[in-house]
Amino acid sequence: MVGKCSSAPPRVTLEDITKHFGPVVANDGVDFTLADAEIHALLGENGAGKTTLMNILYGLYRPDSGAIRVEGEIVQFDSPREAIAHGIGMVHQHFMLVPALTVLENVILGMRSKHEPLLDFGDFRRRVMDTARSYNLAVDVDARVSQLPVGVQQRVEILKALFRGARTLILDEPTAVLTPQEVDQFFDVLKGLREAGYSIVLITHKLHEVTALCDRVTVLRGGRVVGVERADNVTREQLARMMVGRDLPRSGERQEITPGAPVLEIEGIECLNARRLAALRGISLAVRRGEIVGIAGVDGNGQSELAEVIAGLRAPTAGQVRINGRDCTGATPRRCFDAGLGHIPQDRLGTGLVPELSVADNLVLQTHADSPFAQWGTLDRDAIAENAERQLEAFSIRAGSRDTATNTLSGGNQQKVILAREFSRHPDIMLAVQPTRGLDIAAAQFVHERLLAARAGNTGVLLISTELDEIMALSDRIAVIFEGRIVGVLDSATASRERVGLMMAGQDDDATARAAI
Amino acid sequence: MDVMLSEVFWIGLIAAAIRLATPILLASLGEILAERAGILNIGIEGMLLIGAFGGFLASHGTGSPWIGVLGGMIAGMALALLFAYLTITLAADQIVCGIMANLLAFGVTGFGHRVIFGMTTVIPSAPPLADWHIPGLAAIPVLGPILFQQNPLVYLGLVLVVACWFMLFRTSWGLKLRAVGEHPLAADSVGVSVRQVRYAAVLACGGLAGIGGAFLSLSQLSMFVEEMSAGRGFIALAVVIFARWHPVGALGASILFGAAEALQFRLQAQAADIPFQFLAILPYVLTVIALVSIVGRSVQPAALTRPYHKEGH
Repeated sequence: MVGKCSSAPPRVTLEDITKHFGPVVANDGVDFTLADAEIHALLGENGAGKTTLMNILYGLYRPDSGAIRVEGEIVQFDSPREAIAHGIGMVHQHFMLVPALTVLENVILGMRSKHEPLLDFGDFRRRVMDTARSYNLAVDVDARVSQLPVGVQQRVEILKALFRGARTLILDEPTAVLTPQEVDQFFDVLKGLREAGYSIVLITHKLHEVTALCDRVTVLRGGRVVGVERADNVTREQLARMMVGRDLPRSGERQEITPGAPVLEIEGIECLNARRLAALRGISLAVRRGEIVGIAGVDGNGQSELAEVIAGLRAPTAGQVRINGRDCTGATPRRCFDAGLGHIPQDRLGTGLVPELSVADNLVLQTHADSPFAQWGTLDRDAIAENAERQLEAFSIRAGSRDTATNTLSGGNQQKVILAREFSRHPDIMLAVQPTRGLDIAAAQFVHERLLAARAGNTGVLLISTELDEIMALSDRIAVIFEGRIVGVLDSATASRERVGLMMAGQDDDATARAAI
Repeated sequence: MDVMLSEVFWIGLIAAAIRLATPILLASLGEILAERAGILNIGIEGMLLIGAFGGFLASHGTGSPWIGVLGGMIAGMALALLFAYLTITLAADQIVCGIMANLLAFGVTGFGHRVIFGMTTVIPSAPPLADWHIPGLAAIPVLGPILFQQNPLVYLGLVLVVACWFMLFRTSWGLKLRAVGEHPLAADSVGVSVRQVRYAAVLACGGLAGIGGAFLSLSQLSMFVEEMSAGRGFIALAVVIFARWHPVGALGASILFGAAEALQFRLQAQAADIPFQFLAILPYVLTVIALVSIVGRSVQPAALTRPYHKEGH
């Protein structure tokens, strides 16, 4: 499968690439080789420098030093235009599509038309549809991108790259937005492209994607290459160790717990999103003491809105929310907290913390006006400092000091500040939204252990995550959300990935169950 | 009030509405281009004013009103270039820079006029741009006086409506421009130069506003009066929202405002018992009503007012 012909130069070679952003070294002397017709994984944790390296190859960043060769010839890309001209296409993690334009307009944007500057829509439409057909990328070219589901948008991105004559495709974390079934289809498309002679770089942090699909893998850690391996020659454990730099401790054991009384009850919740379209269409759900309920679903199916409704950040248009039996429908966040809610929000810096304030101040965001942190309306600095020291210790938060501004902490330590603050209030129900997004493996594991500890301590946990692995590993029950509805609730002991995956695509639970028999 | 019911009154009113709409139309077409590229140019009021002054100066100096129009356009583009440098290259705040452009234009034109012409009782004038009576068509009853006995810049405005529409929706330039105003990073990632597109859009905006200004100083009175743009640039900003960033909508909305202005002139003459100040606010009241009724229902370009920083270079 790997290009065997040794006389021809490799498709792409990156030699000794170094790139700084201010004082931070993103890439430090990185070598990378991409052969003809291979799928090559670029594996590493968040912040390992994978995306930076590929942005350099795509002409978005200029390297501080090092050389790029395409088909053996040294090139220098000052913009993506030049990379595209050398047959390189990139699909970014956050799609580079203009939502207000149609698929066709997005695909041809920036291309020269036959009668420049007049756009020959008829000619373009025919050629784009031809390309789509020949690679099995089914898409309505006249649809507005904003109206397409993410999975289809990804097809548009690939179509866009292929239509521009890309022979080398860079895909940045492409499966993050797909259901397991969509991932399978997507891998088939990639295998077809490999057979047709395309070379593909797959940026990922998911080990099973490396072994399931790729020919070779280059592992990055801290901006450096720690190894290049044939994918059939290496185990997932070896890859994990290379990626993290040490053996991973085993994650916390789950105890058998009989769930208690419901602490969060939601009935028939409906609400609108920021664009005033229906986001939730009648969601009912209950979380009991001592259980973790996971909400699985592809991003953008109402998860954010559901979390905001529960946390008092968005008013529902119908339905009821009860926390510990108290009606908290449309209540202020304060009342939700007082009723017993803890909240780990999706947007750490935007919602979870006041980034410019110190760690100590962020730890008392809700409680600063209460005893012991305030007396007669005046802050008790000593009590706040003492609290901070205690939490820094208990959650092993690595900050210069308690007075360090929170925005200078790493993502993992910022999340620990939020965990410390929320758990120190001893909530009865913890709402955790994408709690490990953007964290490295060790920090993610710490978060998981804390959630399991909360469960063991008889707290109810509502875990909203788009990482299916996380949901499967932690939840007692799994509720699947699709287009603002709960498609079904499964017991995690009996739920299979395939079944959850089908439900994430909106397939009816019963129909799925029948099909499985 | 019988006069108001006569045919002559209505023909005159509609013809005047189209004429008075022209500077607003030209400015709002320019503003549509700028905003579709992601730049909110509230300095358009100043660009109209400096266009009026530049147009007057050039016409007065050369004796040719057409060179006057060119002068107005260049003056508008010069101020637009400064605005573009601040907002695009230096990524300064577009609102602050727009206010700066307006204040600068008020100051420069007022000061310049006094320095050049002094404080005289005889108001200096320049050769005006004469109306064109289109042969044949001008003689058609009703339609002739309304459409075919207008100033050449009125015809230019109508042609530019079609040209702007065609450019925006049928050419690769327009596609790039719309993409840059919605998602500049996406445009950049396929090799579209965000900076070039935005500079071109802002310069075009300044040029169109400048021509609109020249129309003010060269069409009828053929003189320059301090602050003679009188808020028409701000009305153009409202027109753009009302028109949902569409050139054809801008034509309709501009005529609506032109009609309000034409009507208040006529009512001042007819209805002597109403204080004229109440009538003079008509176009501005209409602006408020239009904006309040449309708010929340129109979707502006997603990247409007957001500077674009290119990282990693």
